[in-house]
Amino acid sequence: MELLSNLALGFQTAVTPMNLFYCLVGALIGTLIGVLPGIGPVQTIAILLPTTFALPPVSALIMLAGIYYGAQYGGSTTSILVNVPGEASSVVTCLDGHQMARQGRAGAALTVSALGSFAAGSFATLVLAVLAVPLSELAFQFGPAEYSALMVFGLIGSVVLASGSMIKAVGMIVIGLLLGMVGTDVTSGAHRFTFGITELADGIGFVSLAMGLFGICDIINSLEKREKRDILKSKLTGLWLKKEDLRAAAPAVLRGTLCGSLLGILPGGGAIISSFSAYMIEKKISRNPESFGQGNIRGVAAPESANNAAAQTSFVPLLTLGIPPNVILAMMAGAMMIHGIQPGPRVITSNPALFWGVIVSMWLGNVILVLLNLPLVGIWVRLLSVPYRLLYPAILLFCCIGLYSVNNNTFDIGLTALCGLLGYVFHKLECEPAPLILGFVLGPMLEENLRRAMLLSRGDPSVFFTRPLSLAFLVLAAGMLIAVALPGIRRGREKAFKED
Amino acid sequence: MRIRHPKDFLTGVMFVGFGAAAMALSSGLTIGSAAKMGPGYFPLVLGGFLVVLGAVVLLKGVTGTRESTGWPILQLKPVAIILVSVVLFSQILKPLGLLLSTAALVVLASRASHEFRWKEALLNAAALTVIVLVVFVYFLDFQLPVWPSFIAS
Repeated sequence: MELLSNLALGFQTAVTPMNLFYCLVGALIGTLIGVLPGIGPVQTIAILLPTTFALPPVSALIMLAGIYYGAQYGGSTTSILVNVPGEASSVVTCLDGHQMARQGRAGAALTVSALGSFAAGSFATLVLAVLAVPLSELAFQFGPAEYSALMVFGLIGSVVLASGSMIKAVGMIVIGLLLGMVGTDVTSGAHRFTFGITELADGIGFVSLAMGLFGICDIINSLEKREKRDILKSKLTGLWLKKEDLRAAAPAVLRGTLCGSLLGILPGGGAIISSFSAYMIEKKISRNPESFGQGNIRGVAAPESANNAAAQTSFVPLLTLGIPPNVILAMMAGAMMIHGIQPGPRVITSNPALFWGVIVSMWLGNVILVLLNLPLVGIWVRLLSVPYRLLYPAILLFCCIGLYSVNNNTFDIGLTALCGLLGYVFHKLECEPAPLILGFVLGPMLEENLRRAMLLSRGDPSVFFTRPLSLAFLVLAAGMLIAVALPGIRRGREKAFKED
Repeated sequence: MRIRHPKDFLTGVMFVGFGAAAMALSSGLTIGSAAKMGPGYFPLVLGGFLVVLGAVVLLKGVTGTRESTGWPILQLKPVAIILVSVVLFSQILKPLGLLLSTAALVVLASRASHEFRWKEALLNAAALTVIVLVVFVYFLDFQLPVWPSFIAS
């Protein structure tokens, strides 16, 4: 019954007026940006990080987590109503969701996605709560060799499950690791790659890098595309589900939840891959697969449950092992470090109120989202009509002000412009910046553990292969690489990312 | 000789350049040994790895069979204007203060859009200046220089 007392502690922390307020704010902002295409959770967290500095760490994390799962909700709203996926993870929801809207079943689609997300979120929160303690206890037995191997495993996993060229993604990880070395070396105190610039002695700011690569770079890319958004007004009628809808959707929600919960925990997993997989599973096991894409309610229920479940369970590896499984969680890791909390197994014992408070707040946030979203749908849709030419200068401005407030200096703003340029180059060369951020966050930890492991083994690298856990991680990592390199699987992987 | 996949080729060039720079810079640091790694050890190894990766990507870009998407197409206007407006903001924030810098950033950045209109941009700038003042200065209490330094002092 330790779980119950832990959850009770979580409720005590989360149900204070202030934390409820920030949970609400996070969920609302998340929905807002989920609705607006072009700004995703990564950009938003990057942009809003500085505004959380003044908050206590618990409130800051509650708000940032709210942004993450709120975005999953908001993304589905626009997918269904306007056929514009607000988030990458809602792309598949467009297929059947928008068809349903055209058939006048927009209300049913929205309701099923909200309720499915809620069910999935509740289940995934429970998964997180149950897995957290045993996993973090396991992590305590890790030595530096195990940690190094685990990080390699995590980095490789993020490459394997990501889309695009593998070798480029590995290169991006290495660049991220190298950028993570900039600054003062913790062991020797030597300045590395600082070019004599005093502001770089503390390293490249996480906020600068993330905001440059995602926030500013995305603005530039959107301006190049000259996108025009057409607002298609569909009428909303009948939010209630019919009985047959419910009967069709319930098992799909369950399958989507399980699929998302599992994929969320894996390195490289997360909301995007989960929603795609859940959709494909539904289509595969369906008796009439051709009904998908024609407004099948299961095509909405499964991916929407899956992406929300994954959004939640991807906190598991971050909070228990200290390994962010995807780029959004890497942002969360950065946020935690800025607030002086090292993500990893120690959080749960040294900071139980924070840990359980954040977990419980996720569930509360899901409740808030269900209660808020359906009544507010009309407002969200109207927001879509704000033209981008008015929106992006505002985003840029908030970026700049936020950056200044990180250290109250203007150096970070200039550094961000440079990172934005770098991101632009990456985009033009079709190099994904997400692995770079993962490498950047894990770089210092990886180096430290590697050095410690080698020091303990007196320079003998076999230590990574003789310790069973470390060997297991490395074998898994190698297995993933080999599997992806095999022609058959590679084709399947390319197809999986191209489909739909 | 024709380059089959220009974007991969350029990526390779970038990786090799990045890796080589990392190696060159870390060779100036203490390398140490495998048992007692100095600050230069890990970046040197990573740099070397990146050079090798880059060479592979580069060669595949020249000879490979991957479908080519052509040379990257650059539009200089948006990227230049956005980056310049950000750098400009960083330079004028302290001397000119938040209000003027905000207006400058918004108007300049708005010009990057192909739908730019003077009247709209100025209105947007005015609105955002007020919002920034209320939200960041009064509500969130950020420590920002609001007025130009010659007036404030």
